[in-house]
Amino acid sequence: MKICYYPGCTLKTKAKNLEDAGKAALEFLDIELDELERWNCCGVVFSLADDDLLHLLAPIRDLIRVKDAGYEKVLTLCSMCYNTLARANLVMRDDEEKRNTINTFMEEETDYSGDVEVMHLLNFLRDEIGWEKVKECVKVPLKGLKVAPNYGCTLTRPRDVGIDSPDKPTVLHDFLIALGAEPVDFGASTDCCGSYQMLSHPEAAEDAVAHIISSASENGAEAIVSSCPLCEYNIGKRQTALRDKRPELQELPSFYLTQLMAVAFGTDPELCRFDLNHPQSLPLLQAKVL
Amino acid sequence: MTLKISDVSHDEEFIQKLSDISGEAVQKCMQCGTCTGGCPMTEKMDLTPRQIILLSHYGLKEKITDSNTVWLCATCNACYARCPRGLELPKIMEAIRQMTLRQNTNHVEPNQVPKEVLADMPQIALVSCFRKNTS
Repeated sequence: MKICYYPGCTLKTKAKNLEDAGKAALEFLDIELDELERWNCCGVVFSLADDDLLHLLAPIRDLIRVKDAGYEKVLTLCSMCYNTLARANLVMRDDEEKRNTINTFMEEETDYSGDVEVMHLLNFLRDEIGWEKVKECVKVPLKGLKVAPNYGCTLTRPRDVGIDSPDKPTVLHDFLIALGAEPVDFGASTDCCGSYQMLSHPEAAEDAVAHIISSASENGAEAIVSSCPLCEYNIGKRQTALRDKRPELQELPSFYLTQLMAVAFGTDPELCRFDLNHPQSLPLLQAKVL
Repeated sequence: MTLKISDVSHDEEFIQKLSDISGEAVQKCMQCGTCTGGCPMTEKMDLTPRQIILLSHYGLKEKITDSNTVWLCATCNACYARCPRGLELPKIMEAIRQMTLRQNTNHVEPNQVPKEVLADMPQIALVSCFRKNTS
């Protein structure tokens, strides 16, 4: 199956591990990612000011590119891209006045009415592929690996674009179970990691990350899994520096969901770019399942 | 918190602008505080999200714009997901940020960010931070 794919800016550089592992894993499911030829950054955050239509143009252009390529659906791996594209899409579908203004402004483009379906990898696997088929592809079950599913903010909130319940989501739990891993419930699984506050208010973001790490560790998690490059940066990549300041925090290796899927399907770990993760991520897999 | 409300402090124009930019009616809020209970940033905020909405009811612009609260909000939407009145608080926080930023001021100066931080951070951190903090 060929599916239209929107990568987003971070997956081409800092989050190569999210994209490379995703491509490798999806091959096992006979899914070919057909990357949009001319995509642009979605703007990362959805424009919240009611009078700011300008910042909706970037994600809407991407959705028009999806239609230009002959597709009705588009897949994202990054949960922030998913959220921004899906929210911009809803504006075009549901708000006639804004839709008309934007279509008139972008007169060089074909008129767009919000009819592309934006999907994240997780709801695509759940709703279009099915967990049974995912299970059938598993060659290296992640048996005994206790993983904290980190939903973060943008996969489930706000409700109108959430791929699962914002109160008690299960999709990442089900994903982990399909791979043979053991999902660990923890109180902070839908908490914000501080997001971009890591740049503007690093101490506040570090508090948020410390809460997530300690909540996961206290509940017995050996690792944490995310689908957002900003979560992975805050919780995973920066963890060593954070633990230097807060030595009471337990070490918690971190993964992208695509990396766990690729390893479970039998991909060579070299292709999953664990060098971009928390340093103990690959050693943990080697000790537990590989 | 003692609130002094007078003709001078009550800024009707602020209330109107807040409503225009956010598209939300702050009057819907019944001050239950669920937003504050679920906000991961309240510890560092000098006013809680509930207090920001209360001050907005009264148009106490200066107290709101002097506070660090809206700059600490990371738009995680936990408040909106739980609000029993369906008030989209992140849009109100955005409107307050915008009222400051539209005075041609930046809350974060991109050219002051150290080079090593720029090199280390993922693009989505930089773009979202600058979107929320620059004019």
